[in-house]
Amino acid sequence: MILGGVSRVLLIEDDPAVREGLELALSQHGHRVRAVESGEQGLDWLRSDLPDVVVLDLMLPGIDGFEVCRRIRAAREIPIIMLTARGDDLDVVAGLEAGADDYVVKPVQPRVLEARIRAVLRRIGRDQAELERHADLTIDRAGLVVAKRGVPVSLAPTELRLLLELSGTPGRVHSRQQLLESVWEHGYFGDSRLVDACVQRLRAKIEDDSAAPVYVQTVRGFGYRFGPV
Amino acid sequence: MASRPSPGLRARLLSSFALLCVVTAAAVAGAGYVEARNAILQRAQDAAVQAVRSRLEAVFPLRNPAPDAAELGEIAHAVTDGSDDAVAVYHETRSLDVPGRPCPPLGGRPCRPGLDPGMIPQGLRREVAGGNIAWQRVVWQGEPVLIIGTPLLIVERDRPARASGIEVYVAHSLLPEKRSIDLLAARAWLIGGAALAFAVVLALLATRSVLGPVRELGRAARLLGQGELRTRIAVRGSDELADVARTFNDTAAELERHVEKLRAMEADARRFVADVSHELRTPLAALAAVADVLDEEAARLPEPAGRAARLVSQETLNLTALVNDLIEISRFDSGVAALAPNEVDMAELVRATLRARGWSEQVQVELPPGVTAWLDPRRVDVILANLVGNALRHGEPPVSVGLRSDSHWISIEVRDHGPGLDEAVLPHVFDRFYKASATRARSEGSGLGLAIARENARLHRGELTVANAPDGGAVFTLRLPRRAHDLDGG
Repeated sequence: MILGGVSRVLLIEDDPAVREGLELALSQHGHRVRAVESGEQGLDWLRSDLPDVVVLDLMLPGIDGFEVCRRIRAAREIPIIMLTARGDDLDVVAGLEAGADDYVVKPVQPRVLEARIRAVLRRIGRDQAELERHADLTIDRAGLVVAKRGVPVSLAPTELRLLLELSGTPGRVHSRQQLLESVWEHGYFGDSRLVDACVQRLRAKIEDDSAAPVYVQTVRGFGYRFGPV
Repeated sequence: MASRPSPGLRARLLSSFALLCVVTAAAVAGAGYVEARNAILQRAQDAAVQAVRSRLEAVFPLRNPAPDAAELGEIAHAVTDGSDDAVAVYHETRSLDVPGRPCPPLGGRPCRPGLDPGMIPQGLRREVAGGNIAWQRVVWQGEPVLIIGTPLLIVERDRPARASGIEVYVAHSLLPEKRSIDLLAARAWLIGGAALAFAVVLALLATRSVLGPVRELGRAARLLGQGELRTRIAVRGSDELADVARTFNDTAAELERHVEKLRAMEADARRFVADVSHELRTPLAALAAVADVLDEEAARLPEPAGRAARLVSQETLNLTALVNDLIEISRFDSGVAALAPNEVDMAELVRATLRARGWSEQVQVELPPGVTAWLDPRRVDVILANLVGNALRHGEPPVSVGLRSDSHWISIEVRDHGPGLDEAVLPHVFDRFYKASATRARSEGSGLGLAIARENARLHRGELTVANAPDGGAVFTLRLPRRAHDLDGG
């Protein structure tokens, strides 16, 4: 994924000044940035090249950011960080539901964006552990493969890390704050909707019935826990 | 709005009506009663006196100028008509009762042994002794009696009449007249009472017709005062009260129009601020993106370009903070700010706030463990960061944060040990862009921090207050319900 801290970033942003500013700032932090001005161009680019992370503005002419997000997700498990307007809560929720891993609020401070990019790209530590079996679910911590009834499940990076974090200590309750710190590397005051949205996506992929989850269970008022299955 | 302790309109109207009625009835009935009573008594009196005189004619001539008791008895008997009592007196001698005379048919009283000279008033006796015929009304054993006294005169030719020394007194009962008069009085009372009752009913009807609209007016005015600007009164009839109601309605309509206009203007102003903030965001996003680049390159730039670059970078950050705060407060204004509550350990939350900003060493904390609350940690962090930041910037150390709780509320107190806030400033510290002094230079922060903090507290249905501690220093107190909303984020 990342080689020597240099990552390839696809920036999709329609405003030329913002696009140029972010391109400058990210380049200065050592990223190789490909900046495009529309969702169509971004999706075109993704067909031929494979960036490490996508930074996506939600307000785009033509196909909007949510649709771009869904199309990228349908094809690949690339981390997606969305740029949202401050306070547009519905956008945040819709963006997370469309499959974004994280979001930053405009006007963006480049060091915040940089920290988010590093967080989503951080290598998942590969353990030497045995293959774990939890009912129908098998988790290969070394190969980073999750399978359900033997069929591999395609998980986005954040979903995978959330699952690994939770299943690492089955039965233990993780508060949203703890998960935000360990999975998203946000501080204590991260947005807990990130966790909730990611849990929803994860459930849709690994549970038989999302409304009655077995693997990722809600502990009302406290957070989430894995199992007991 | 408070009612005065004077009697109400209803009581005043009622008493006026009653008083009027009583006075009128008393005047009319009283005058009639007195007139009728006098007439009745006068007639009875005249008739009795006339009867006594005419009977006395029969006594003359006297057989004996110095009669004994028996003769006096005959004289006395002669002047009565059988129903009156009489006595004849000659110096110390009085008439004997005529034996066998039946008791007069007066109502229910014991039979009288003639007329007792003791019941004859002294004044009357003197008058009669002076040679005049006289009468007087007395009450004898609870019964009105007319006593007529007359001297018997000796009349001789060519000589003036002289008193014979014999006096005759007749007691004529006025009981029938008293009954008529009592009946008259009873009728007067009855009619007066009926008139009073009628007057009270009339007064009640009148007060209802007046008080109903007045009460309605009062209720409407109260509602209007409470902000129910759509309050109107139904106008009935065309009297003065209807005029008042119409005036009230016109005033309320006018008021409503003005308030709506003001509200619209205020909403426009706020929307304008929100729009401007949103419009500023895109260029600011570009600026903010390159501010870091500029900042890092500043060291390598020759002066004054380096200083200029740092200035641009710093002010871009300030501008970003200001625009973010403006957007935040316009979200409160438009009511779209929402809570994302969670079960939170309060001590952990306070420590995280301090830790995230590197304040842990500077701030004394008193955080009892195990206090949890259902609230939006990010919003509470915004409040705390603002309060502690202000205390560190504007107050004197030590700055302390204390946490207290009961079963329903948690309360967080942030205080410094500086001189405290000016009393004139205290009510305004939560105002937007409030500056303690007009000359004060632009301070750090947007000037919206405390306004946003208070809005965040209110969003939790809590409150944020400020006061000066008795021993110096400003104390900000944040009080939040332990369960602001019963929503589950999971």
